[in-house]
Amino acid sequence: MPSDLRPERVLTDAAQPLFPLNVHQLVYTAGTQRLIDGIDLALEQDSRTIIMGPNGAGKSLLLRLLHGLLTPTEGEIRWGETPRMDQARQRQALVFQRPVLLRRSVGANLRFALKLRRYTRAEREERLRHILELANLSHLVDRPARVLSQGEQQRVAIARALVLEPEVLLLDEPTVSLDPASVEVIEELILAAHRRGTKIILVTHDRGQARRLADEIVFLEQGRIVEHSPALQLFQQAGQPQGVAPTKHIPSPLEGEG
Amino acid sequence: MQDFGQAFTLAFQLIVSADPTLSEIILLSLRVSLSAVTIASVIGLSIGATVGILRFPGRGALIVFLNALMGLPPVVVGLLVYMTLSHAGPLGWLHLLYSPTAMIVAQTILVTPIIASLSRQVIEDLYREYREQFLSLGVPPKTAVAALLWDARYSLLTVALAGFGRAVAEVGAVIIVGGNIKHVTRVMTTAIALETSKGDLALALALGLILILIALSVNTTVSLLRLSASNSAYA
Repeated sequence: MPSDLRPERVLTDAAQPLFPLNVHQLVYTAGTQRLIDGIDLALEQDSRTIIMGPNGAGKSLLLRLLHGLLTPTEGEIRWGETPRMDQARQRQALVFQRPVLLRRSVGANLRFALKLRRYTRAEREERLRHILELANLSHLVDRPARVLSQGEQQRVAIARALVLEPEVLLLDEPTVSLDPASVEVIEELILAAHRRGTKIILVTHDRGQARRLADEIVFLEQGRIVEHSPALQLFQQAGQPQGVAPTKHIPSPLEGEG
Repeated sequence: MQDFGQAFTLAFQLIVSADPTLSEIILLSLRVSLSAVTIASVIGLSIGATVGILRFPGRGALIVFLNALMGLPPVVVGLLVYMTLSHAGPLGWLHLLYSPTAMIVAQTILVTPIIASLSRQVIEDLYREYREQFLSLGVPPKTAVAALLWDARYSLLTVALAGFGRAVAEVGAVIIVGGNIKHVTRVMTTAIALETSKGDLALALALGLILILIALSVNTTVSLLRLSASNSAYA
């Protein structure tokens, strides 16, 4: 049986802290290519971390490695005191760039996730009602999830992630090619989750979004971290003529969002 | 051509009058083939889901083997089942030879690889789409299999239909293990073969028309189901 289908014997042990996240000399190779090339990274719980970088820099790959969907070729990822990646993953949620929704209604998609945890039926329905309201999806509860617009589908995916109240929410370009109204709703969902104490790690190309959401920015290039700084500092530096970041495409505060 | 026209007229008369012999043959055909497809679906879907989801040594060879079994010659299956169920065979003591049960066994053997192989492809494709999400949510294997089977139900219905088509139209295996005994094991295909050889084209033609009608009805029903599911994004 492949490792990803092995029953997870230990579920959640909330007593073991997930933070700090420590990544040490992380390497991921495909063939002879080092797609992630010796990353060291330490993240704390309270900040909103935005991962940026050009196409092919390894952003999505890093997110999957952090979530344990991929096994590193070398190096170590350690979520606080949690000894096993599958234990850590149970306390996280990942939202993919292209939402993966079951061929069912919106409500059934969320109930599917809720049934994986040991909530009573009443608890499940209460959580469902609450998250649907929060994501402004109540009117779509019985609609097949796959006929919804892209923005609505992404909201369903985020609602499904949030309904389990993860301690860490990882998002892989969740608003790419969405209209501004959908982006606004999704960003508000992310901020609301953060206000409730959820760690946010978000991959984006959208510089405006990074400015709106980031507490700190991790900038990747060719599988390496070339910058890891508080967002404010980085944006200020990028705005100066001798700033540190122009080659990394960090936006100037004078640049438009987008 | 006149004989052909007469045969058609007689065939329609038999159908319209719900001729008892004709009805008996049709009902037995449906009973045998639907039973075989039901059993084959249980076995085939289990195999399809297992091979579609799990990775294990020899999986590639098993897929090739399953695909090859889709083309099993019915007469060979009939012969093997005959040898197994005959008095001298290992299961001779069951006294199943020349019974509808023997025909169900033969058709099940023919249909199972079709359902296993086609469902494996359907489930594997869907699992490729869902895999990372399931892993992220921590979906246990049994729940994953159930979810995949449910979400692929319309495609799997088409797979079962392909199996039914193979079963109901098959003649080589059932004639060997069933013997085409009147009122006992005579089904549409064996009756068509017999009546044609006897020159009773009307009954053969009536049965042939009904066979085509059954195939068309089942196909149309499933197509409509799939279309409806597709429109509502459930397929």
